[in-house]
Amino acid sequence: MKRLFLRFIGSRQTFLFIACSLLLTLLTTNLALADFTEPQSQQGEYLALAGNCKGCHTTLGGKPYAGGRKLQTPFGEFVTPNITPDIETGIGQWSKEDFWQAMHHGKAKDGRYLYPVFPYIEYTKVTRQDSDKIFDYLRSLPPVAQANPPHKIDPPYDNQFLLFLWRTWYFEEGVYKPDSSKSEEWNRGAYLVQGLGHCTACHTSRNVWGASQDGELQGGEIMGTFWYAPSLISPLEAGMGDWPIETVVELLSTGITNHAVTSGPMATIVRESLQHLSAADMRAMAVYLQSIGKKEIDIKKTRKIPPMPEAVRQYLAKGELIYEKHCQDCHGESGQGVSNIYPPLAGNRSVTLTSPLNTIRSVLYGGYPPSTAGNKRPYGMPPYQHIIHDTEIAQVVSYIRNAWGNLGSLVNQFDVDDSRGYEY
Amino acid sequence: MKFSIITITTLFLVFSLANTAQSTSIKVPDSLEQRVKPCTICHEDVDKTSLDAYFPRIAGKPAGYLYNQLRNFRDGRRYYQPMAILLENMSDEYILEIARYFSSMHYTYPQPDPHGLPPNEINMVEKLINSGDPARNIPACNTCHGESLMGIEPYIPGLLGLPHAYLAAQFGGWRNGGIMRGQTPDCMSEIAKKLTQEEVYALARWLPAQPVSGETAKSETLDPALVQRCEDIFSERKHFK
Repeated sequence: MKRLFLRFIGSRQTFLFIACSLLLTLLTTNLALADFTEPQSQQGEYLALAGNCKGCHTTLGGKPYAGGRKLQTPFGEFVTPNITPDIETGIGQWSKEDFWQAMHHGKAKDGRYLYPVFPYIEYTKVTRQDSDKIFDYLRSLPPVAQANPPHKIDPPYDNQFLLFLWRTWYFEEGVYKPDSSKSEEWNRGAYLVQGLGHCTACHTSRNVWGASQDGELQGGEIMGTFWYAPSLISPLEAGMGDWPIETVVELLSTGITNHAVTSGPMATIVRESLQHLSAADMRAMAVYLQSIGKKEIDIKKTRKIPPMPEAVRQYLAKGELIYEKHCQDCHGESGQGVSNIYPPLAGNRSVTLTSPLNTIRSVLYGGYPPSTAGNKRPYGMPPYQHIIHDTEIAQVVSYIRNAWGNLGSLVNQFDVDDSRGYEY
Repeated sequence: MKFSIITITTLFLVFSLANTAQSTSIKVPDSLEQRVKPCTICHEDVDKTSLDAYFPRIAGKPAGYLYNQLRNFRDGRRYYQPMAILLENMSDEYILEIARYFSSMHYTYPQPDPHGLPPNEINMVEKLINSGDPARNIPACNTCHGESLMGIEPYIPGLLGLPHAYLAAQFGGWRNGGIMRGQTPDCMSEIAKKLTQEEVYALARWLPAQPVSGETAKSETLDPALVQRCEDIFSERKHFK
């Protein structure tokens, strides 16, 4: 922020100073990250997978990287662009410099400010070297002539000056600076989590201007989806401070561990991106994620279980009957689950999140963990939206949020209905 | 590698024992039957209706047909959100295995359901079934769906033993587009759009009234012209040799 301000003053010495320090930063960054090179071939492809470029720049069932995917936000509908090297409709006329301008400065080829729905807030941390490799890879793809519809941005958000103000306030430009007090592995993990992997794009709460509230993976509802991305810090959510490194790696690369499973958008990230990363990179991410997670012991004392009124008891008893009928066969009579098959519900932090959204959605729609090399034929959760009524779903979700030592708020049928997406 | 797997497993065992000391362990069969529980909660071996939806039987339908439809749901070519969510992160290999599983399931066809159509409509239907309407470029149903209308391995579904409600819904989906887009080019959608409302109605009544006899025809009986015309449907034939 300060640097941005100084740049506006534009004195020559300041400029030189900034240029030198930037250069130095780039040099040290390159040194620090140089040891973690993937096999020389297809480095760009690998980096594009790590950044999950294809995930957004491909529409459902469409041609890879040809864009066209619609992203709904409170500011309007954004359509991802075609990033294949087609001259007319893709990035065929782009140079490495143009690509860097987008990735690092968040500006289009013509100099217009890009909307932060493109995660340049995170991609700005990516090194020039990596940005160039990704560009080379994209240029090697077969060009696809596909003109995508324009964004439908609601006024006044279509105003570039407002976007300029937004950037001045919320966008801090700069390549990832390694923390010299930490190991190279930790720094590599931080680079992937904060930069290329852009985990903060989802695992953060956003203010009314769509800006990340904290920038620190504290969790929040994912814009335009009906899913809550849990905090990666809090041990009450998905913080992994207490997990062995191997468990973190297993969850993120196979989609399942003995006591946790990825679902919703995270399952897609595992399938499309994380499962393809090298063991060294997965470990590096795990080391970093484990280090930022708070430990449960630090917060346990503050949890108090209030006495349960009779009406609540009766409500939960109804939920228990539904549990016995529909859930118990797989999740067990004490919610213990089955290791690497059906997640336990007792002590499952995803079940007791403040927001019951993910749990309700899992019951409504069911789902399979991703098919990955480490879990090719996953077992799945049946959808119950056609089997039981919303009131019953509310009762059973309330029950599992409060059985076997779990503690969570009660849920009613309106919460269930609110959890259905736009497209239901 | 092996060693670390053992270590991890041991860690897990210790961890889960500590957590679930009092609970009995659940035996989960290592079978496809168990893995497809999310499918069979709605799709049984008969067509059925639940709270607010209609679920066709999938047992015994040709494997390639099921494989294509499952991928269509997953990839947004056939639109039904509950199916799309279940299939979202499933690999082609796993979908193929599931398709084969349901295809091999035994199925008892329902009794014929009398149609009560007047003779002129019966005539109209039988003509469409056996010779189509060359003037409107509508092929005969039995060129693709087999002489006995029981489908052709592995991609073309049979037309008999399906209830009226299901057939009417499918025709509606093809004619209106959007809901069922299928492969491109989508042969059935083009044909359905050429049919009149009366023809659709009569077909959807006549077909469920036919007694089911015969088997799904073997792929050798496929008309080469059809294979060429509907190339996309047959693009994955390597799986079904």
